Amino acid sequence: MENNEKQLLKEFAPQIERTGVQGYIWILFLLSVIGLGVFAFIQQVTKGHVVTGMRDNVVWGIYIVNFIFFMGVSYAGALISGTLHLFRTAWRKPVIRMAEFITIISLLIGPCYILLCIGRLDKLHYLILHGRIQSPITWDVIAISTDIFGCLIFLYLAVLRDLANMRDFEELQLPKWRKKLYRVLALGYTGTEDQKKRLDRATNIMATMVIAIAIIVYSVLAWIFSVTLQPGWHSTIFGPYFVIAAVYSGSAVLIVAMWFFRKVYHLEQYITKKHFISVGVIMLVLAAFFGYFTFSDYLTKWYGSEKNDELLIQLLFKEFYWPFIISNYVGVLLPLLVVGIAKLRTITNITLTAVVVIIALWLNRYLIVIPTLQSPYLPIQDSRPEWSIYSSTWVEWSLTAAGVALFCLLFTIASKFIPIVTVSGNVQETKPEDVLI
Amino acid sequence: MIVEEEQTNKKNSRRQFLKKGLLAGAAVAASGGMLKAYSEKTGGESGEKVKVMTTNGEVMEVDKAMLKLPRVSIEEAHLGIPGKKFVMVIDLGKCKNARKCVEGCQKAHHLPKSQEFMKVYLLQDSEKTSPYWFPKPCFHCDNPLCVSVCPVGATFKRTDGIVLIDNNRCIGCKFCMTGCPYSTRVFAWKHYPEFDEDKQPYSPEASSPGKEGTVSKCDFCPDLIRVGKVPYCVSSCPMGVIYFGDVDEDTVTNGTETFQFSELIRDRAGYRYLEVLGTRPCVYYLPPVDRQFPVDRGFNDLDESVKNRYLNTPYAQKHKL
Ligand code: SF4
Ligand code: SF4
Ligand code: SF4
Repeated sequence: MENNEKQLLKEFAPQIERTGVQGYIWILFLLSVIGLGVFAFIQQVTKGHVVTGMRDNVVWGIYIVNFIFFMGVSYAGALISGTLHLFRTAWRKPVIRMAEFITIISLLIGPCYILLCIGRLDKLHYLILHGRIQSPITWDVIAISTDIFGCLIFLYLAVLRDLANMRDFEELQLPKWRKKLYRVLALGYTGTEDQKKRLDRATNIMATMVIAIAIIVYSVLAWIFSVTLQPGWHSTIFGPYFVIAAVYSGSAVLIVAMWFFRKVYHLEQYITKKHFISVGVIMLVLAAFFGYFTFSDYLTKWYGSEKNDELLIQLLFKEFYWPFIISNYVGVLLPLLVVGIAKLRTITNITLTAVVVIIALWLNRYLIVIPTLQSPYLPIQDSRPEWSIYSSTWVEWSLTAAGVALFCLLFTIASKFIPIVTVSGNVQETKPEDVLI
Repeated sequence: MIVEEEQTNKKNSRRQFLKKGLLAGAAVAASGGMLKAYSEKTGGESGEKVKVMTTNGEVMEVDKAMLKLPRVSIEEAHLGIPGKKFVMVIDLGKCKNARKCVEGCQKAHHLPKSQEFMKVYLLQDSEKTSPYWFPKPCFHCDNPLCVSVCPVGATFKRTDGIVLIDNNRCIGCKFCMTGCPYSTRVFAWKHYPEFDEDKQPYSPEASSPGKEGTVSKCDFCPDLIRVGKVPYCVSSCPMGVIYFGDVDEDTVTNGTETFQFSELIRDRAGYRYLEVLGTRPCVYYLPPVDRQFPVDRGFNDLDESVKNRYLNTPYAQKHKL
């Protein structure tokens, strides 16, 4: 281990060795939110999906919105960390680990939401047993499992050096089992020239792969909607649109995570304003792209105005007026202003903008899913209000909150296990060109 | 047990069915003969009598056991009835929203009130055009998106054109519900008590008993067709709005009248709903011309809750119904 690495580790030792009272309260809070989610889930399983707000017209509700959202955040993490890694971006070290964690944690949570939409969880294995390759859901099963696998490997390779560092760092006050765990997980990595070279090669390859897989997976997810004939979904732009929206939301989540860890673990020295601005600029560029895609999608629907598209647009501007404004106007313009104007570019402002962007993108998915299901070709004629207008129930909200809590919890645990900022710094790295060999 | 009985009876009844053809079968059914003949075959009277209406409007008392149709196994249900290609024709000029098709179908399929395989819409294509009642079963599309998107093959298209669902296989992902552009499919959001009424083993051809967490829809009643009868909605409609038949035999019947399918479609300008979507439905509509009833008649004798459905339509709002 090099000296400066040791220095860094020493600084991170407290957060890894101990959890303060505040930390425990935080974890307890998260656990109780998750507990509520578990209770809601039990309700849903025992009483049936009738406890949700979903009905025959709006067959998918906020579960699928959360699914798209978490998957989006995850792909964004993959794209951002992969790209930062490949391009050897100078400022990446303090934030790349967070991006990697975001990727893997939301990737584990996202698919749970699609399971919540499934009426017969007892037959889930039929997806493999009787899987039909013609169905976009099968594409998704294949793509997501490949993605989980790829991202896990990428993350593992990315933390391997630090695992070895942890193992070799004797001063660390940790129970025996954890030391042992580091020893096992470090796979005997000692940092010889040969090992370094191989590890770098592997990481580069995985970074490239993860970027490619992320694009494919998110496109496949978009196709679940756009292969159908539903007005509002049947759009060729959905693949790239979803990818952009995903990376956009991920950049915002990354900023919020940076702010959070900076505060809690006092990382002011490592995560500086420069980092916020750098990720902020990424967010700005993505905001522009996102705005462009949104605009061209709705413009073509509105201008050509097929009858059902027209109805959909009417619905969006009437019943969904505020969500529409927040997601597609505020969500696009705010980052352009805040990051674009040098005066406004403070850490607090950028973080607040990121929070708004996260909300806007969640709403964006809501607006993609729900209004379309509420305006099918045959008009909904039903006297039961819950059958024609979707409104999510406490069960769905509890499970949504539980997902967010689980995300925070896993993030917290992960940061207790491995330094949230990459420690291993001064290693020789191969150039990205080597990947191509 | 019934499925077993059915195995021995099946060959018999099918041969008979094929020989006589659907029309002859419908005629027998209309006279009530088929019901009797059928009960002799499946054997055993329960002693409990129920009232049924035959296709020519006669009410007769039959033994409850007679109402039980034989059910084919799930594998058999995948095959389809050989040499057949079923079609339905709905005459919009005659429909007055009597809703007997909906009720007949629901009763026979042991459906709760909240699940309708047949739905009746009040449609009006544009402001100046005339409103009309629009009964809508599953269209049993020849290019069914619901089938393409199903990840486990729980919904399938048979050689006789019928699209069925196997609720033992269905995982309840509801992708088919978003895939179908006609809002045809219904989901069992919970276990409905009506499901328990049906004591026979499940068959996709009967779509019953239903199962919580799975999808179902209009099945074109192949269990009835197999014994030479027309679907419940056809026989329950007092106006004879719905015709059922075979494209290859080129005949359709509503139980009392029989037409040559191609002639009917030609002379009455039959069309398919939303042809533009490319799903190629097997259900044809005859345009709402030469009305037998004014549209308002459809609002008579409705349950409050059913009536409320239509209050949001432009037509009802305009006329303050
Ligand atoms: S009407 Fe809908 S459910 Fe029926 S076959 Fe066509 S696509 Fe499938
Ligand atoms: S809900 Fe059932 S029938 Fe429909 S697509 Fe999913 S598995 Fe297939
Ligand atoms: S064909 Fe059979 S299942 Fe379909 S609506 Fe008519 S009675 Fe119901």
